[in-house]
Amino acid sequence: MIRFKTLKLAAGLLLASGLFANTAFAQDNMRIALVVKALGIGFFEAAAKGAEEAAGELGNVEIIYTGPTDTTAEGQIEVINSLIAQNVDAIAISANDPDALVPALKKAMQRGITVISWDSGVAEEGRQMHLNPSSNSLIGNMIIKLAADHLPDGGQVALLSATATATNQNIWIEEMNKVMGDYPGIEVVATVYGDDLADKSYREAQGLMQSHPDLDAIIAPTSVGIVAAAQAVDDAGKSGEINVTGLGLPSEMAGAIESGASKSFAIWNPIDLGYSATMIAHALASGDAKAEAGSEIPMGRMGSVTLDDTTSGAMADPFVYDSSNIDEFKTIF
Amino acid sequence: MFRRLITSREALLLAAITLLLGLISLRFPSFVAPANLASVFNDTSPLILLAIGQMIVILTKCIDLSVAANLALTGMVVAMINVAFPNLPIAFILVIAVMLGTLMGMVNGLLVWKLDIPPIVVTLGTMTIFRGIIFLISDGKWVNSHEMSPAFKAFPRAALLGLPVLSWIAIFAVLVFTVVMTRTTFGRAAYAAGGNSHAATYAGINVGRTQFYAFTLSGALAGLTGYLWVSRYAVAYVDIAGGFELDVVAACVIGGVAITGGIGTVGGALLGALFLGVIKNALPVVNISPFWQLAISGAAIIIAVTLNARANRRKGRIILKSAEQAA
Repeated sequence: MIRFKTLKLAAGLLLASGLFANTAFAQDNMRIALVVKALGIGFFEAAAKGAEEAAGELGNVEIIYTGPTDTTAEGQIEVINSLIAQNVDAIAISANDPDALVPALKKAMQRGITVISWDSGVAEEGRQMHLNPSSNSLIGNMIIKLAADHLPDGGQVALLSATATATNQNIWIEEMNKVMGDYPGIEVVATVYGDDLADKSYREAQGLMQSHPDLDAIIAPTSVGIVAAAQAVDDAGKSGEINVTGLGLPSEMAGAIESGASKSFAIWNPIDLGYSATMIAHALASGDAKAEAGSEIPMGRMGSVTLDDTTSGAMADPFVYDSSNIDEFKTIF
Repeated sequence: MFRRLITSREALLLAAITLLLGLISLRFPSFVAPANLASVFNDTSPLILLAIGQMIVILTKCIDLSVAANLALTGMVVAMINVAFPNLPIAFILVIAVMLGTLMGMVNGLLVWKLDIPPIVVTLGTMTIFRGIIFLISDGKWVNSHEMSPAFKAFPRAALLGLPVLSWIAIFAVLVFTVVMTRTTFGRAAYAAGGNSHAATYAGINVGRTQFYAFTLSGALAGLTGYLWVSRYAVAYVDIAGGFELDVVAACVIGGVAITGGIGTVGGALLGALFLGVIKNALPVVNISPFWQLAISGAAIIIAVTLNARANRRKGRIILKSAEQAA
């Protein structure tokens, strides 16, 4: 009986000392949890790499890279609850659902944990700020810049969009039209719609080449369209003559860069995104910055982000991929 | 004889296509340049292949809605095989594609034949199942052009006597299936089974088995097209050829294949596919708003079908000519 009691006491002491050790540890090191949509996705593994980079720069920051095994909101709620139990200092999450996570994240904030969302946002009441990879105006400017950079003497470009009613595509094209004045000599001769179908996009690209023999570039701000257009240009033997550019994923565009049908294209850089999210989480958790409308939060080498009325901000211009960096990124996402 | 030839469905459709080409050339003259017409034919080849298979199925009073999903699944499987074993000869890839497609067609056929489930229900189900399997095996990921071997991508593009292999395969299929449908027991059994299944049964034709063979052929053609499609567009993902089964059925219907079974020719399916192919290729160059494009495609289908139905309307059938003369 006595022996049993001592055992219990010893266990209790051990547990307590463990807890103390943990608290001491937490005071030394700021623990930032990077919660992703699901583990094992190249894009998020790359973001984790960026987070580690930020941790290295900041010193005394520990990154907890975690997430569910499949992309569900329930899985993320479990992960959040366990992070609350571990009493981490900050949670930076790419959400599987904007609303379902709000209660869990609210609970985290009540316990004094800094909560931000990045990449895929959470509803306003469930986070302190949201970091968008880019903004509509930056994307609109980037897609025309990509084409114009390879046309110093001006030229004809055509747009290959998804569907005529796709909201995001239309906003980007609208934003692009606003800045056309900055690119003199560049003329948009047509806008066609490939409906995000490979075969229709391919035919539309063929049609563009036929009806505009002097075409210099095709801009496709859609991942299906850009791949199909690059293939159509390559099949027509016009690689190098017509530059296919826009928004695409490195893994999907590697072939087009190789064949020369595309000189460059853009999409967010997941490494920068993980890096910036970590920097922001650190700044907010340490009290160096406040998440309010209009405030400016530093992000290390990525400059700073200015928050709008919904306390969300845009990180940077989409990152440009070309033959110099495609091999590094094509295996990532 | 001559009168029958010029009033035949095929002749009317050919005239309609010529008229369409004429109208397009008014707005965009270089569309009718031989090189461009060849490219339109090449672009329509997958549709032609699928329409031939679909026509045979419709002849037997069935319908195969799973062709596009079959195509997508076969395409994904051969693309993944190519990534895993890049040195596998193309002949082997072709055999796998045809066999896999055949297998899926047989599943449809068996369900229709042995379990007597309505074909539209069977193929609606397998269509979803096939798409689901693509998602399972690919994990929702794409197979991209840089992962495919050069030989895998080069096959349908290789030029033979001025035309790409893809076009030659379509031409070859048209010739082979014209013979099959008009000169073999299976071909005639297909017409009989769809035209009047009771009479066919009395004549000793196994209607269920004929339908099974029809689905098998349709599956084989879809499998073959699956490889050609993935190789041509150099990308494989879950949604490729999404909704394409409706284009295939439309091509058949435009080509005068009666949805009630028993009536239709390979030539009709070919022309129906070409009609759609010309519209699809012309719309991007004639500069019409995308909102109108859909409406125009749809209207063209309805007009073609209406014309067909009217041309096909008989004024009652005379069964006893001598009796009528006597009266």
